[in-house]
Amino acid sequence: MPHVRQTLAPLTDAKLRKLELQANAIRQDLLKMLTQAGSGHSAGPLGMADIFTALYFHVLNHNPRKPEWSERDRLFLSNGHIAPIRYTAMAHAGYFPKSELSTLRQLGSRLQGHPEYRLLPALENTSGPLGDGSPQAVGMAYVGMLEKAPWHVYCCMSDGELAAGITWEAALFAGKHKLHNLTWIIDRNNIQIDGYTEDIMPLEPLHDKFAAFGFTVLEIDGHNIREFVEACDRSKATWETPTVIIAHTIPGKGVSYMEFEPAWHGKPPQQGDELNSALKELRTLNGKIQSEME
Amino acid sequence: MPLVKAAKLSPKIFHKDIAKIPTRNGFGEGLVLAGEADERVMVLCADLTESTRTEAFKRAFPDRFVQLGVSEQSLAAIAAGMALAGRIPFIASYACFSPGRNWEQIRTTACLQEVNVKIAGAHAGVSVGPDGATHQMLEDIALMRVLPNMIVLVPCDAIETRKAVLAAVQHEGPVYIRFAREKTPVFTTDKSPFAIGKAQILNTGSDVAIVACGPLVYEALLAAKELETHGVSAKVINCPSIKPLDEATLIAAAKQCGAVVTVEEAQAAGGLGGAMAELLGSNYPVPIERVGLEDTFGQSGTPDELLEHYKLTAPWIIKAAKRVIKRKLHLY
Repeated sequence: MPHVRQTLAPLTDAKLRKLELQANAIRQDLLKMLTQAGSGHSAGPLGMADIFTALYFHVLNHNPRKPEWSERDRLFLSNGHIAPIRYTAMAHAGYFPKSELSTLRQLGSRLQGHPEYRLLPALENTSGPLGDGSPQAVGMAYVGMLEKAPWHVYCCMSDGELAAGITWEAALFAGKHKLHNLTWIIDRNNIQIDGYTEDIMPLEPLHDKFAAFGFTVLEIDGHNIREFVEACDRSKATWETPTVIIAHTIPGKGVSYMEFEPAWHGKPPQQGDELNSALKELRTLNGKIQSEME
Repeated sequence: MPLVKAAKLSPKIFHKDIAKIPTRNGFGEGLVLAGEADERVMVLCADLTESTRTEAFKRAFPDRFVQLGVSEQSLAAIAAGMALAGRIPFIASYACFSPGRNWEQIRTTACLQEVNVKIAGAHAGVSVGPDGATHQMLEDIALMRVLPNMIVLVPCDAIETRKAVLAAVQHEGPVYIRFAREKTPVFTTDKSPFAIGKAQILNTGSDVAIVACGPLVYEALLAAKELETHGVSAKVINCPSIKPLDEATLIAAAKQCGAVVTVEEAQAAGGLGGAMAELLGSNYPVPIERVGLEDTFGQSGTPDELLEHYKLTAPWIIKAAKRVIKRKLHLY
């Protein structure tokens, strides 16, 4: 028996513009937070800002006031180093006050450098060691299938971490059990800490690899919120296989001097010109989105 | 030799026809009982159903048995995901591969997240026999003992292994249980006490305390029996809970006897021997001799040959006891 499925709410043009503005505001808070912390990753979180905004403000069935609501959709993170974007999106969604963002990476903070489930249960999992998140999402989805649970399991992953063998063990398992309540979202930004993914350990043809493991594979522009939402919708409507959404993103998206630069994988902008020029650029973009709305 | 009544040991303890059953069988029986008692219990297996004795559980609860194939890293992490979903998964493989191969996944997804993953390490020790060094896990106690939030249990016979499984289900959080391949004497009974964090004094003695874990506890008892005929009074303590240690019982024994021998089928460094040296070094230093693997791997051979070759049997425990008593006398 397949479980009862709900499709996502329709994404109107007005809602789409609202999400784009939200993503822009989240990017600005993200940069401020990283600068204040003085360490952390910039490129990945910026590149995933549109997807995390779409997840927390449109896709996920969740309740920030009841983070442990039993019927919530589960969003796992496998590449824990992009935690800042998740924290910022969660703060904007109302899981905790935005003022807490300034505690990132500080002693005693709930916002650890890599996310810790025990400190903030809505994180679903502790993440950092690459490859460990996707199999946990798979374990959760398996139990969801057993229990015919109403919730869906999402897991955000990086492309660099796909070199970890454990990912493909988990993919075999997801394919074997046809975990249709599972959606993996891969941030295909082509960079990792030591350079370009295709130089370090080529992943292509990535689409074919996942198809061979029994996944429905959807490729989207990771900065096109409508494409992402439609892919999630298709994933929820797919009852035969797990889904992987390969989201092509631009690392550092929104800040021109960071875009496509592996150097920005693992460091924050500095206080002063670096931060100010980035924020100025995002504010300009904000104006453009607003003028489109009118 | 004066056995402690409260230990409720088998009346056949020193008979030639004492029943011999592998500890892994106790694991299999315990799983079925746990599965009956608690619907959250699941078993995840990595292509070793028969030899880890998970077949009975599979037959009784096919919906809660999950076969993963040879993939120990995801075995641990998938189990953690199931635990996050409210289940109590046992992951079963050879100890060489789990926790040998998936230590990081156990560290991050079971221990740091503090979830209900139970790790069953089968085929531990040199008594695995002919398979040789690759399959004889000797470092698992050390690997598991250093992890925060982890419980480490090394039961001494099939009955105690069954109890350890049930205790693991009751405990909220990760637990490691180690067991062996070969048939070994069943010298405890259903009534013998067992609890996480408790050691059992099996017989009274005051010259030396022999602290042992796993099936070698029986060798320790044989050694104590023999020592008695040499005029040496040896107290044997069964110490299945390597973490947490029963500090009160063990320190009291050190105070009373003034000398300790540890016995285990594992690397003594980092194993029970390491744990005892740490405990007593910080609380009540006495001479210690450690019977265990001494920074070496195993090899092929029969189980009996290997236990003898690596100096783990009663005659070697006797030698260690005499050595440590001599060292004690030197102190004064």
